[in-house]
Order: sequence, then C-alpha cells, then structure tokens
Amino acid sequence: MSKETFTKLTATAAPLPIENIDTDQIIPARFLKATTREGFGDNLFRDWRYNADDTPKADFVLNNPTYTDAQILVAGKNFGMGSSREHAAWAIHDYGFKVVISSFFADIFKNNALNTFVLPAQVSDAFLAEIFKAIDADPHTPITVDLANQTITLANGLNESFDINTYKKTCLMNGYDDIDYLLSLKEEINRFDLAHA
Amino acid sequence: MHTPTTLFDKIWDAHVVKHAEGHPDALFIDRHFIHEVTSPQAFDGLRKRGIGVFNVSRTTATADHNVPTKDQHLPIKEALSRHQVETLRKNCADFGIELYDLGHPFQGIVHIIGPELGLTLPGMTIVCGDSHTSTHGAFGNIAFGIGTSEVEQVLATQCILQYKPKRMRISINGKLGKGVTSKDIILYIISKISASGATGYFVEYAGDTIRSLSMEARMTICNMSIEMGARGGLIAPDETTFDYIRGRRFAPQGEAFEKAVDTWRTLKTDEGATFDRELDINAEDIEPMITYGTNPGMGIGISHHVPNLSEIPESELASYTKSLAYMGLEPGMELVGKPVDYVFIGSCTNARIEDLRQVAEFVKGKQKANGVEVWIVPGSVQVANQAKAEGLDKVFAEAGFELRDPGCSACLGMNEDKIPAGKYCVSTSNRNFEGRQGPQSRTFLASPLTAAVAAVTGKVQDVRAFV
Ligand code: SF4
Repeated sequence: MSKETFTKLTATAAPLPIENIDTDQIIPARFLKATTREGFGDNLFRDWRYNADDTPKADFVLNNPTYTDAQILVAGKNFGMGSSREHAAWAIHDYGFKVVISSFFADIFKNNALNTFVLPAQVSDAFLAEIFKAIDADPHTPITVDLANQTITLANGLNESFDINTYKKTCLMNGYDDIDYLLSLKEEINRFDLAHA
Repeated sequence: MHTPTTLFDKIWDAHVVKHAEGHPDALFIDRHFIHEVTSPQAFDGLRKRGIGVFNVSRTTATADHNVPTKDQHLPIKEALSRHQVETLRKNCADFGIELYDLGHPFQGIVHIIGPELGLTLPGMTIVCGDSHTSTHGAFGNIAFGIGTSEVEQVLATQCILQYKPKRMRISINGKLGKGVTSKDIILYIISKISASGATGYFVEYAGDTIRSLSMEARMTICNMSIEMGARGGLIAPDETTFDYIRGRRFAPQGEAFEKAVDTWRTLKTDEGATFDRELDINAEDIEPMITYGTNPGMGIGISHHVPNLSEIPESELASYTKSLAYMGLEPGMELVGKPVDYVFIGSCTNARIEDLRQVAEFVKGKQKANGVEVWIVPGSVQVANQAKAEGLDKVFAEAGFELRDPGCSACLGMNEDKIPAGKYCVSTSNRNFEGRQGPQSRTFLASPLTAAVAAVTGKVQDVRAFV
C-alpha cells in the first residue's frame, strides 16, 4: 500500500533547543483518545503551546508567526524518548513537519517516524549547534534535506551527512511500507507459526 | 566450534524468519498483546487492505489505559473514552480476538495480566503497542514495545521488521540494604547511565542480587529498561521463574510443563559470550531512591541532595534549570522532609500483589497523614481479588487510602485520575515527565515502601528510619 514519499526538501525550520523531549510532551496522553490517525497536529506540544485556559503561550516557538511555514523541526538531543505512542509521529506529521533533525533519537520514536513518513535525521552535536545558530541569525533561513544523498545543507553552505538504513531509505523514497514486504514472506511465516505452536 | 552466545541472541536467532543483507530481520512474534489506545488505527489498516489477523490465537486484548478506576461496572461516562473501549470491543469481535474487557476476571494492565495468566513464557518473542512491554523480559524472553504501524504488521503477518540491537549486560551483585527494593535498583541504574544511556541496546540483567529477587521484583526492573532508552531487558529463567509459571492458566500443564522446563533450563548466556557493553553494580551502594526531575534518569539516593548547578555539565544546564523550575525545587536542596499532596501506588511497575502486601505490611494500624490523598490502583482484577482475600483492602480502608478498580490510572493521566497542577505526588509508576500525571503535576518516582511511608507521614522520607 503506497502512502506518500520523501526525496528532497528545502524549507525553513522551527527550533526547539530542548534536550530529552519525551512523547508525553509531543502529545499528552489525554489527547490519545481518537481512533483515527488524523487531527493530532492540533495538540502537538499541547502543554508547551497552550495555557490551561487554551489560550496560546506567546513565547512558544509554534505560536511565533515567523515559523508558520516551517516544515522542519530542529530539536535537542534524545528526541522522542518515553512512550511508544505513534501518535507523537502522527501529530508532528499532521502539523506539517516532514523532517525532524536532532543529535539523538529514541529508538521507538525513530521507527514510528519512519513508518509515518517523517524523516528523523540525526546529526552531530556540533552540526546541530550550527543549525540553531543559523536559525537564530535568520529565522527564515532555508535548510535542504536530501534523502538520496543523505545530506543536510544550510544556506551558508555548511553541510553534514546523516545515516539511514538502506531499506528504510528505499521505503521512504518509493512509498513502500513494511507490511507489503512481510506479506510476501507468507509461506515462510506459516512454517514458523506451525513450528512455534 | 560453537561460539559462546548471549541469551538474547539465542532467542532472537531462533525467531528470524528471514535475514537479508541491508534489510531488517523479519522476526516471528510468539505473543502479541493489544489495548484500546494503540490498536484502533491498526485494525483500520487491516480493513483498508482487506486482510484479516494472521493467527488470532497469538493476540490477547485488554482495556486498561483509558478506563475509569471507579464504578467499572457502569458504562464509561466520558464519551471519547467510551468510544475507544467500544472500538476495541468491535475490533476484537470482528477479527476474532480474545478480549479481557472491563468486568472480566482477567482484565488488568496488559503487562500485569500476561505474566499472571501464564501467557508470558521463557524463550518467547513478545510485543505490544506499549513501551513497558519490556516487563515480560523478566521471564527470559525478548519483549519490547512497538508503534501502531508495527501493531498492524504483527496482526497482519505475525512478524515485525527489526534490526538487531546491541547487547548490554548489567550485573548486580551483593546484598541489598534494609529498605532497598528492586525499584531502587532500577532507579539507581537509570540515574547512573541516564535516560538515554541504553538507547540502541537490549539489556540482560544478571548477578546474584537479581537471582535472589522474586518474579514480581524482577518484573519491576525489566519494566523500566525503556526508561534508560533500552528497547527491552531480560533475565535468564531459573527455579523462581518456573515456580511462578507452574499451574498458571495458559501455561503448559502437567507433563507438557515439565518438558517445557527442560527446554527453558537451556535459556542462558554461554560462558564467554561477549556483550557490546558491560556494567557492574554493587548492591551495597544502592540506597532507597527518589527522582527530583522530569525524566527517570534524574534520581538520587535519598541521603543525597538535588545536584548543585556546579555539578551539571554546561551543555545540560538549560534543560536542568527548566526541569527544576517545573518541579518547584532548588539546586542543592534535600528532599527528605519535603511535604507531598498525593501518593499513587499503582502501574505496571508496582501494582502486583507483592507490592500491595509490602505497602499493607507497613501501613497496618497506621493512618494516612492529614491533607494527603492516597490512591491504590491494583494492576489487575486478579490482584484486586487476591488483596481482598488477604484482607489488605481493610488495612487500606482503615488507613484512609482509596482502593480503586484496576487500570493504568494516574500513571499516565489519560482518564480522570490526574494529579492537579502544582501538586506533588510520590508515585510508584515509571515516568516523571512534565504533565505525565496531569497538566503541571509534579512527580517523585519511588518504591512502594517509600510511597507508603510518604502516605503515612505526608513527607518524602528515608524509609530506613521507619522499617
Ligand atoms: S501502567 Fe502506565 S506505563 Fe504501564 S502500561 Fe499503563 S500507562 Fe503504560
């Protein structure tokens, strides 16, 4: 079943220079009651974004009109730790981000993002600092994320490559998902099922 | 010659349906647990593809995350929660999956009911759309949490695509001090290696301290493996494991059980097997632990103070300051004597019968402190019934504690069980993230014993002065 694809993106970025952002911050549990994948973007970073009376917090990055068009989220080290809720990746996707850049990702989040066609691009601490610096100097600075070449390039020419496994790269670029592949192994799986009964 | 192999590798390798260069392994899954929150979109996916569940007998469902813990016999009041639980009912009925629904004698938190029903066994691969699936590893199996797309994969194919993680062994040896429990062991480990220190690894817990622990205590340790970033943690099975499993509802019975035990005895890491990382811990160094910050790595031995700014690396100062501001604490302060407002005894980390017994033993004949609200939320209907059979419910009632119906409750604050803004809660659960127990709530993670002492004294205490 093909969904969307990801190849290359040049866009502005929203900076969130906080470390250890957990999935409870990305989407708090009380907003996990929906039974579809859509609409979670409204509550992305809910408690950082809104006051208790639902008014927006003026100092939060997503409430700053400068970053309205950002399609890249740049966050501090160890992004997405905690709960396995894929709703976190859905919320990021639904809000309009196509890439998250950080210097470290939690495992489950990384898988969930890839399965949601959001690219988690891991860069060095030093390059992450350069990105934050570039956005600080010019909030509208474009960043180019090129999946085919596995590079991230800033407007000032600085660039760094990022790792992604070949299988997932192919999936993202062609819109494949894991179930298509696994269904092709049905015969072998059947044999396992009987042997492990 | 046979190369010495880790237990993790043995179980993993025995479940690889297909290994292809450049591809993640297709790993066969023996047992799959599902619940109301992370499964509806997976069933939708099956419907869209027009396919069924690969083998319904390998999936078990329960309602736990989003259920009320009061008056469970009545229809759920909150509309969205009711809809979510009803969706689970419909999906299980449509696809033919066994559901332990509200009111069923087997209902409870998914990681509590798997082991107590004998569905969780040594040598298996186990997944669930919940990160604390690592709990099941206490029985010597590979158990880890997955996202909803992966839940759909497992329903559709009984397999999951995964790259093999690296292996870490954490050996704990020595005698635990007075008042130190398995919760303190794991909080200590996480405080040493940080909330991301084991990311990319699968952990085996070993050593004579681990061997001396009950299954309940081992589950508490494996449960929190994810809080240091590890996908899972496991403990090689031994007589304690087999004794726990013997006679459980869905475990092999009679001769089949004895045969299974013979196989399970072979489940151990070979002498000389290598790990990507090894960590040795002396049990005598461990004090009763408490967290002060907003991730489970921010924990201290109870006699220590909250770190001073000078003890924090420059790069982490901003996050550290933000965290303490959220918690309303000062660098360098002591936590002993800090007044608390709530005590929550529950969750898949510490809501098994042994935890409730430990709390009751301390609380018997005492009263909760004025102004403290105490909630005890048993992990399952079976735990609740056992507690009643042993008269623990009376001990709690006399102490002024509120004993509720089983569910995840204030562990994640998804239902109405929330800690109010600004209030302090000593909690036996596993996460102290901002807002985890309710918007602006402040969590101190600790053992059931520390929670019981806090309930009675109204303060954070060093339990060693009380037991
Ligand atoms: S008790 Fe808490 S951690 Fe455990 S499964 Fe429920 S919500 Fe998750």
